Amino acid sequence: MADYKWPPMDKRRVMGKRIARLDGPMKSSGRAKYPSDMNRSDLLFGALLTSPHAHAKVTGIDLTAAKAIKGVTAIRVISGPGTEIQWAGTEVAAVSAVTEEIARDAVKAIKVTYEVLPHLVKEDNLAKVGARAKAAGEQVTGDPDKAFAEADAKTAGDYGIPVITHCCLEPHGSVVAWGKDKIDFWPSTQAVSTVGGDLAKMLELPATQVHVDCQYMGGGFGAKFPADRWGAEAARLSKESGGRPVKMFLDRATELTIAGVRPSHFAKIKVAGKKDGTITGWQSESWATGGIGGGGMAPLPYVFTNIPNRRMNHTQVSLNTGPARAWRAPNHPQASFLTCAAITDFADAIKMDPYEVFFKNAAVSARPETYRKQLAKAAELIDWKKKYTHGAQKTGTLRRGLGIGIATWGGAGHASKCKITIHPDGTVEVELGSQDIGTATRTCITQVAAETLGLPMSGVKVKLGDNSYPPSGPSGGSTTIGGVSSSTRKAAVNALEKLFEKVAPSLGVTPDQLEADDSRVVVKGNPAKAMSWKQACQKMGPTPISEMGENEPRTAAREGLNTQGASGIQMAEVEVDIETGVVRIIEVVAVQDCGLVVNPKTAESQVAGAMIMSVCSALMEERITDQTTGRVLNADMEFYKLAGLPDVGKLTVHMDITPEHDARGIIGLGEPCAIGGIAAIANAAANALGVRVPMVPLTPERVLAALANRRNA
Amino acid sequence: MSSSKEKPKDRQPKSAFSRRSWLQGAGVSGSVLTTGLLAEEAQAQTAANVMSGEVEITLDINGKKRSVKVEPRVTLLDALRNRLDMTGAKRVCDRGTCGACTVIVGGKVMYGCSVLAVDAVGKPIQTIEGLAPEGQLHPVSKAFVNHDAQQCGYCTPGFIMATKGFLDRNPNPTTEQIDKALSGNLCRCGTYMGMKAAVLEAAKEIKNG
Repeated sequence: MADYKWPPMDKRRVMGKRIARLDGPMKSSGRAKYPSDMNRSDLLFGALLTSPHAHAKVTGIDLTAAKAIKGVTAIRVISGPGTEIQWAGTEVAAVSAVTEEIARDAVKAIKVTYEVLPHLVKEDNLAKVGARAKAAGEQVTGDPDKAFAEADAKTAGDYGIPVITHCCLEPHGSVVAWGKDKIDFWPSTQAVSTVGGDLAKMLELPATQVHVDCQYMGGGFGAKFPADRWGAEAARLSKESGGRPVKMFLDRATELTIAGVRPSHFAKIKVAGKKDGTITGWQSESWATGGIGGGGMAPLPYVFTNIPNRRMNHTQVSLNTGPARAWRAPNHPQASFLTCAAITDFADAIKMDPYEVFFKNAAVSARPETYRKQLAKAAELIDWKKKYTHGAQKTGTLRRGLGIGIATWGGAGHASKCKITIHPDGTVEVELGSQDIGTATRTCITQVAAETLGLPMSGVKVKLGDNSYPPSGPSGGSTTIGGVSSSTRKAAVNALEKLFEKVAPSLGVTPDQLEADDSRVVVKGNPAKAMSWKQACQKMGPTPISEMGENEPRTAAREGLNTQGASGIQMAEVEVDIETGVVRIIEVVAVQDCGLVVNPKTAESQVAGAMIMSVCSALMEERITDQTTGRVLNADMEFYKLAGLPDVGKLTVHMDITPEHDARGIIGLGEPCAIGGIAAIANAAANALGVRVPMVPLTPERVLAALANRRNA
Repeated sequence: MSSSKEKPKDRQPKSAFSRRSWLQGAGVSGSVLTTGLLAEEAQAQTAANVMSGEVEITLDINGKKRSVKVEPRVTLLDALRNRLDMTGAKRVCDRGTCGACTVIVGGKVMYGCSVLAVDAVGKPIQTIEGLAPEGQLHPVSKAFVNHDAQQCGYCTPGFIMATKGFLDRNPNPTTEQIDKALSGNLCRCGTYMGMKAAVLEAAKEIKNG
């Protein structure tokens, strides 16, 4: 069997190098065509009519006025009379028209009558959700009652993190043309190889009839896997309009209302332990919602999974709100925040530096040594030991504090197939039905192929974003980089073997004596005996060499190209103005292991991006619903807040690139770095204030309320 | 967050209306009208003010005259994207918050979603498509690539144009000034880490010509 293992760390010429992303120039010149930029000839514009009610039955729809509008090509009823609407923003009807303005006019002209039903859209107070609560059962390990009875110290706290949205900048949607024999589908997607089949299923067509093309996409974060109802309706509008392409993307309000959320998570947590910081007991009563189907369930206690005595109760709450979708590291940021907050509060109560408590209790995690090394590194980078003081010792109006957040993730490679073609003229094509969702996948695949074939980056043409290429998994759960790198490595090794068979006779050696290096095919140990890549390729005759490579998740760990198990520590320093309640980020530090790092430059960008998303979630992001109207009140970008350039402070990213991590193979990165930041920032604010602000985001109102509660206590 | 951008509400609009959200008329969704300001404006206007039907206008885009038929309510952004196939400017918030649609109109950095196409007549309009000829990169674009100040890239053209307009006004910026100048643009992937260095590098590159 061919030897697929990665070249030794010190021998790599392309992998591991800080190479600028290849599609950067296309993106930064505005030339990159995203699905929402696809202006096909004869293009029509689609628009959706959505329900203003959170819970209602549709009793009637009158299309007369809409149909009479000139320029309207088709109208479809999605939720007809009798349909029970379960959240505001549910799709009721769709229109296509020759201009976007006319499509919107037509949507407005559709008259819908509803029988309004009672709704529930808030879950922050569990006592008020009534029959919408569904207990998930109790989990008990050890003897928590005894542990709490015998503990030196016990703490109890309330913590909460609200529902947030994905807020992808390119909204969900697609351009779709239902032609005679096939459907051309340009979706903004994270799932090039599966989204076509999904659309075909919704339209009851053979999967072979859907061609997917998505070269660029403007952000997904876990929300863009399915073809979605609006995708299928755009296709049907196209069919009813004689096959003309229809562009239908959600407007911002709809995007923020129905296109996916991260579930909330609330918990009452009690921690028991010894004076030396050893945690002996954990009790949590938690609840969460992710919409009508209930909520996610954060894995508690997080990372410190082997606290010996534990009792966990979780309750799912069903709300009349848009449903949850995977959101970067599903359930983990919430779990990290809840756990690290409770542990920090325990440390504060026993007057210990939380760094010491985290360090000590790493013993009950799955990877004590890794976490301890990372804690030490992060502390060094943020200068923890010099800067840390207990919250009770802070004075003045502007108070600084430090906090820790912790992360764990799997990140093994998904199923992926890659086809590499070496042409007789020496050019190389690499094809995968994968996608680059902004993670530099295209660049990393090029690096792997170039490394393996001994070529420069410019010698390899990587093609993605088309479902006619060999299938690769969706980009979710940090599975892409391991999957596509492994399949590309194997395809390249296989193709090279075929090339060596053709070349060996000319060099008077056997194929196994050859290697590819520096755009040449060389006899191992005899660099003088070689021919250029171009000359070598001419030996293959007129037929290109084309070989496949496959990453099969069940056997991948054994092969060692990719594996799972990433750890990370983030630390934050914040400054809080105790008069205004404003929290300002001074610095966030991330120490992140992700095994073999293909491109440190883009990896660091991804980690920094996740840290910024954590700043958003810790300080400003919250979907706010209104129980009176059942609507999302801030379904826009003015009041659904994201951080801007001045809001993020100093960001320090330390990729834990070491021979021992490298030897584990490639591990995904997108999720693990998106977990610990919220906890780090929230804990830093608690340290600065000397009091816990129970709920993130840490708005001035909440900060001031926490300070007032302490004064009143 | 304060924005250094001039929004149309700060200028004297040619048309009778002050907010493009209302001008789009039928395009305003019910949930937007729940915000107080728009609801009041909506009441203040009467249906009789709303013009309809397309008019042909000529826009001066990147030094070229482009004829386009638009209804009066069509924004400059939608005219560019939907009618002229100039899709570098992106539609994200569509309400003058995120800056993904940033263009330079009459030398001023503006949100394309907050300018009516008919109001842009007679003013030179610069879009990202006009920054550099095909196959070449403007120094700002190049610096964003070098410092990896982009991920999915959907916000990037807006940031590039905001930076271009800023450096036109202030060729020697401090990092604090960069923070302020770009605070009217938002990125979801979180690409701010390399951005300040990119702007400083671009400034240097432009000066060295």
